[in-house]
Amino acid sequence: MLISITTDPLDPQHLIEHVRRDESGAVALFLGVVRNSSLGRRVLHLEYDAYPQMAEKKMRQVAEEIMSRWPITDIAIAHRTGRLEIGETSLLVVVSSPHRHEAFDACQHAVNRIKEIAPIWKKEVWEGGESWLEGEGKAALQPE
Amino acid sequence: MKVRVKFFAALHDITGRRELNLEVREGLTVGELHRDLSARFPRLADYSGSLMYSVNAEYVPADYPLGDGDEVAFIPPVSGGAHAH
Repeated sequence: MLISITTDPLDPQHLIEHVRRDESGAVALFLGVVRNSSLGRRVLHLEYDAYPQMAEKKMRQVAEEIMSRWPITDIAIAHRTGRLEIGETSLLVVVSSPHRHEAFDACQHAVNRIKEIAPIWKKEVWEGGESWLEGEGKAALQPE
Repeated sequence: MKVRVKFFAALHDITGRRELNLEVREGLTVGELHRDLSARFPRLADYSGSLMYSVNAEYVPADYPLGDGDEVAFIPPVSGGAHAH
């Protein structure tokens, strides 16, 4: 299990190698990538803020939940913070498992949970303004 | 007793600070601290009902009583990962 929060660019290959095992028949990889538009506005770049110690703790909690609920071999999660340009990767989730179905399923579930409980926020900077995006709030934070 | 309060994202913009060291009364709850700080930073009141609170990096309810040396964070609704919409 590898959990990290960093201002450095994220390297998927490093995480893939970390989670792969000889018994893994599948490695599912999710990249959250900075998009060039939001609600009809042209986005110039994003800025991510985080509570790093707690974000790392909550990402680890997600990884442990996933490991306990799916028969996967390993999981790695990395989140980038600071300023990100269009096309750069903000979130990487990599899951290895013997078979593909659990890898896809666990990977998707991990992404959803990270977005619910990790204290990380993004600000969109567009032409003529900027705004912190605020998610679903308390409703999303109830235990499953 | 002393507590440290951390502000992130929009709350950092509102308060102009990353953190604040405060002397508070024994037994103050995080919700009461939010209310008290709203007198100093009125726009914090806009978040009553939508903020989450953490103490020492774990989510807690508004009625959680603070202890000496606690690190408190006011956590606006999170929006990490990829675009949500």
